[in-house]
Amino acid sequence: MAREKRISVDNYAVAAVPRLGWSGWARWFWRQVTSMRVALILLLMLALAAIPGSVLPQWPQDAAATRAFIEGNEFWGPVLDVSGFLDVFGSPWFTAIYLLLFASLIGCIIPRTGAHYRALRAPVSPAPRSLARYAERRTLSVPDAQAAMDAAAAMLRPEPRWWGAVTGYRVRVDHRQGGDGPELALTADKGHVREIGNLLFHVSLVGILMAVAMGSVLMHRGQAIIVEGRSFTNAVVAYDSFEAGALFDPASLSPFTLTFDSLDSRFDTDGRPRSFQANVTLTEPGLAPWSTDIQVNRPLQVDGGKIYLQGNGYAPDFTVRDSDGNIAFAGPVPFLPQDSFYTSDGVVKIPDVTSGPQLGIKATLLPTAIMDIDGPRSVHPDPANPVIFFSVYTGDLGLDRGIPQNVYILDESEMNPVHDAAGDVAIVAIALGDTVDLPDGLGTVTWETLPRFVALDLRADPSLPWLLVFSILSLLGLGLSLFGSRRRLWLVAPAASGTTVVTGAAYAPLYDETLGTRLHQVLDAVATKEQA
Amino acid sequence: MNAQTLSVMALWAATTLYSIAMLAYAVRFSRMAEVQGATKRQSLVTAGAPTSPESGTVASQPQPPAPDRALGIARATMLVGALFHMLGVGARAVEAGHVPWSTMYEYTITGSLVTVLVFLGVQARRDIAYLGAGVSGLAAVSLGLALSVLYAASTGLPPALQSFWLIIHVSIAIIATGVFAVAFIATIAQLIRDRYESVSPRPEGRLARGAHSLPPAAALEALAFRLNAVGFVLWTFTVMAGAVWAEHVWGRYWGWDPKEVWSFVIWVIFAAYLHARTTQGWGGRRSAYLALVGFVALIMNFTVVNYVFQGLHTYAGP
Ligand code: HEM
Repeated sequence: MAREKRISVDNYAVAAVPRLGWSGWARWFWRQVTSMRVALILLLMLALAAIPGSVLPQWPQDAAATRAFIEGNEFWGPVLDVSGFLDVFGSPWFTAIYLLLFASLIGCIIPRTGAHYRALRAPVSPAPRSLARYAERRTLSVPDAQAAMDAAAAMLRPEPRWWGAVTGYRVRVDHRQGGDGPELALTADKGHVREIGNLLFHVSLVGILMAVAMGSVLMHRGQAIIVEGRSFTNAVVAYDSFEAGALFDPASLSPFTLTFDSLDSRFDTDGRPRSFQANVTLTEPGLAPWSTDIQVNRPLQVDGGKIYLQGNGYAPDFTVRDSDGNIAFAGPVPFLPQDSFYTSDGVVKIPDVTSGPQLGIKATLLPTAIMDIDGPRSVHPDPANPVIFFSVYTGDLGLDRGIPQNVYILDESEMNPVHDAAGDVAIVAIALGDTVDLPDGLGTVTWETLPRFVALDLRADPSLPWLLVFSILSLLGLGLSLFGSRRRLWLVAPAASGTTVVTGAAYAPLYDETLGTRLHQVLDAVATKEQA
Repeated sequence: MNAQTLSVMALWAATTLYSIAMLAYAVRFSRMAEVQGATKRQSLVTAGAPTSPESGTVASQPQPPAPDRALGIARATMLVGALFHMLGVGARAVEAGHVPWSTMYEYTITGSLVTVLVFLGVQARRDIAYLGAGVSGLAAVSLGLALSVLYAASTGLPPALQSFWLIIHVSIAIIATGVFAVAFIATIAQLIRDRYESVSPRPEGRLARGAHSLPPAAALEALAFRLNAVGFVLWTFTVMAGAVWAEHVWGRYWGWDPKEVWSFVIWVIFAAYLHARTTQGWGGRRSAYLALVGFVALIMNFTVVNYVFQGLHTYAGP
């Protein structure tokens, strides 16, 4: 029978195996997958497979760097991309490894749970016939064998019993016929807490995986940039970017409104950030508005998620008049910080001019501008001496082509910079509150104010509590399993009245250096009891 | 003298004392080897019979170590070194005004302190003087490197680090590292002893006698396992606390940032080590190699990963 045949992976005794048929092979395969050796190999493969994810740029973590990597490596870039090395944790091979591992885990847990349940209910097995083969052995001469056994049992038996059956020794004493006549034999057995902890740990790992899977289909997150004084209403369309799991229901978003009132930021004199705090007003449906704040380490808890402060910057407010003197653009424009001194780049797109071509402005803001031999630069993030340098483009902004555009990038395919008399691209400087003329008589720009903006991230993941519970359970199981000991202890004595010799022995499946001490303690307890 | 000067001077003093302790432990070790070598040759001449299994208790009473000046010097210098080390780390905390583990320099000085304290703690309960040379050597080298290469004047904490979780997550990570470090030394001792035990007849010579004076490989394995198990539980907690913190500050609990990848890799390697111990044919030497690989990955995680890879954890960098 194929079923009876044991296949050893060690010596590859495959040739000796009769033809299995497909169900036989399936069983063989399952047994391999759930073997400890395969679990070990899969673990090692998992560790190895994760490493490229930290060495190579990864799409989900840094799309720009990944694209640059592919473009910069003509051969290896595309090869690594196609084979999943640029998205390791979403690649088929990484997924295959951890799914196999968890299949192995489940295939391992189920039979072990059953076996352990039976072991817990089964009586303790009697002491072996002979204790001679145990290295940890000791003898003691006692006046009364029965009293000695009672004393040892009393010492080993835990209180209360039901709890002790799990964490402590389970004890049995037999009167039986030994090799040299009737004898008393005591067995004490402990180690269930270890196995229970181990099962708890492995089951919790499955729980963690399931919580992560649940989170990935139910989660949603969105990013929004809000300029000081403006509001944001929670709806999918209001976000600059939004992503959600397959089972997320957009109608479930709670339509709260968040107003960004002001930003408190503190920097060291050398420009290092000290603290950020966005002061906001939150209006939840049916509730009165209330003022609160969001800090880097303190997200704001709202109905259905948390709002994180992910970034901040300046959003200079301009008024642009065209050559006819009409207002062609007015409002704040978020500028993206490029360095730790908040040197920030931004683009103003002005399609609505009264006559002539559309205008575009590419600008750089220096919050604390100084002039030195390298030209103008910013030396501090605070707006001590804010100056904007900009150049003007004319032509077609390309906004009507129906392709979504990046608001931070000027599409220069149909636009040309305006040049100065010397033939260079004309660069205009403007200070806060000033109005300057655009070159070539194209109009004027007024820099009205310098509000801040914040980049907020709303995230919701209903799996988080589950994740926490399973993590704590796994940690608990791990502790029990690693620090619980597994031991057996036996005492055997001839059941004669009068002075006899008790032989004690102890055994632990794993190296256990206090095992001998424990045996000594038991026998010492017996000896003391006898004297008392 | 301000806190900064005090800290640096105390740490240099600790480095020097640890170096002396390392030499003294090494001298003591080679002496032990000579003494044992001599007794062994003697016992071969006189008795020669191993204790028979019938002789009852086999509880191996550790022989009281011979009174030894080198051992006294080693212990005293290590202890005083640890006091200076604590002073140096404490002064750094005062100087910086926050917990002393927010940069690589701080992480290294605190981590090596934990390593020494773990060693002293275990030493208080059982004789592990044979690991002394390794531990004090490791502490001296890492402190010296920290002071000469990694040193950075203290600065305030960036906003992302101003969190209660910095205290929890990083302190447990450092303690785990210290425990793993002592386990690492024990594993090396185990492998040396294992090589010695696996050769028959037992080799002679100075090095072999050194190996002979070590406890049996199985006992060293048990010690390394105990420490690695404690380290593993702490590391599991570190990773989980890190996830909670990441959820708090970045809005996601896990993002496969290089630091997170390596923390995961370390965790999986030690899980593999624990499995290997109970897998047929993988116990002993092979699982010991896995523990070594795990520790190397741990060191990589806060050296190479900080220097080479970009990620959200960049403030941990140089
Ligand atoms: C997701 C993958 C797995 C991880 C992360 C993992 C982790 C661990 C850890 C950390 C331990 C040591 C702590 C303890 O004793 O509880 C352990 C022990 C154990 N694991 Fe796993 N495990 C995994 C999969 C498996 C699989 C697939 C099997 C079955 C083949 C398995 C069987 C065992 C057994 C029998 C022990 C007990 C070893 C002992 O008695 O010391 N594990 N596991």
